[in-house]
Amino acid sequence: MNRLFWLTFSLFSMTLFSNYTFAADKSLLMEIEIPRMNVAEYHKPYVAIWLEDSNRKATQVALWYDLDMKDNEGKKWLKDIRQWWRRVGRSAQQPYDGLTSATKGPGKHKLSIALDSETFAQLPAGDYQLRVEASREVGGKEVVNLPLTWPVTADEFSLAASGNAELGNINIKLK
Amino acid sequence: MNLSQPFKKILTVGVMMSLAFSVNAHRAWILPSSTSLSGEAPWVTFDAAVSNSLFVFEHVPLRMNGLVAQDPSGKLIDVVNAHTGKYRSTFDLNLVNPGTYRISTASGGLRAVWRDENGKRKMWPARGKTAVASEFSTAVPKNAKELRVSESYRRIETFVTSGEPTKKVFEPTNSGLELVPVTHPNDLFVGEEAKFQFLFQGQPAVGVKLAIVKGDTRYRNDQNQIDVVTDAKGYATITWPEAGMYLIEAEYEDDKAKAPATSRKGSYGATFAVLPL
Repeated sequence: MNRLFWLTFSLFSMTLFSNYTFAADKSLLMEIEIPRMNVAEYHKPYVAIWLEDSNRKATQVALWYDLDMKDNEGKKWLKDIRQWWRRVGRSAQQPYDGLTSATKGPGKHKLSIALDSETFAQLPAGDYQLRVEASREVGGKEVVNLPLTWPVTADEFSLAASGNAELGNINIKLK
Repeated sequence: MNLSQPFKKILTVGVMMSLAFSVNAHRAWILPSSTSLSGEAPWVTFDAAVSNSLFVFEHVPLRMNGLVAQDPSGKLIDVVNAHTGKYRSTFDLNLVNPGTYRISTASGGLRAVWRDENGKRKMWPARGKTAVASEFSTAVPKNAKELRVSESYRRIETFVTSGEPTKKVFEPTNSGLELVPVTHPNDLFVGEEAKFQFLFQGQPAVGVKLAIVKGDTRYRNDQNQIDVVTDAKGYATITWPEAGMYLIEAEYEDDKAKAPATSRKGSYGATFAVLPL
């Protein structure tokens, strides 16, 4: 009886402990490539990144848009990140203030999510899609979906996908 | 919309008769420049016309009298820059508050058609005139040939949303044929199923015939019309085959009219955008 208790307890605390280290130390490192376009008129794309569970409940990760235009004129085109607008952007709570920054040009862009941040630490376990959507003025739109199981715990965890037009390679690592 | 019921009736009857009787066999529509908008107080511009091809300005404009816009709280608001040209009316709407707006024109009342002693078709109220129910007995000859008296209702509308879609403007007026969304009309996507309920005079309308046609008909040979009939509770479901702007037209008729009418008719038309995934 006593031994069973201690065995259970230690297993339980190991679980706790491993979760704790995972939550305290780790980050999801994302590298998102925006391809160079051979076009006469080029505008840096609007990009949104979010996590969506199997019930389509969304958790915002990042948004790159023209945030420094006069009179917030850049927000006028947020609806063109169409899937993101539907799942996240149009919500009255405007939950996308966190990792919001200006648009980025061609190249590989890194961003990191600390898993102990309030939003991600509380995310229920389950199957998710990490969704990356790009929408370019006078250009195309593309969504790349990367399926993953939350929480991501294994150190060797890595995800990769690539877009066909508006997005290049997308790599995600746990670090 | 806080008008008393009788006054509202007179108003809508007056407003719409010219429209109701000039657009037979054509399609009437209100086409928004965008249906789902972001940013602060965005603007939408609209074209309103009656035509054969969708959405082409080729026949007559949809007249602006009787056209109303409601904000997300249901309050009537003004459209601006209204202009009626040869083939279309245009106007702008500023979406000051977030939510779903309704832009519509609705009318209805008694209508009579018959043939006079020379076999010529007559109608009451005359084209462009208002039906005043108290004038029915003097204006319509009771023993005329082929006399048909109906209660006819017509509604043409569209919806646009700034930010998150809302539902207040879907509250039915219980007059004529109306669509009550289950699926929000500003949240339609290709390959997904949409469900709407139809009401006639506030009651579920069974057997309403829907004709759904995507725009750009002038660039194809086939209309590719989707035909749907409402079920026993007035519901219709549609799975959108392609992204695009659609005209949803619906017709209802029964014989439950009050004398002197012998039939009740309702027609409905709405312009809905279906977005790509």
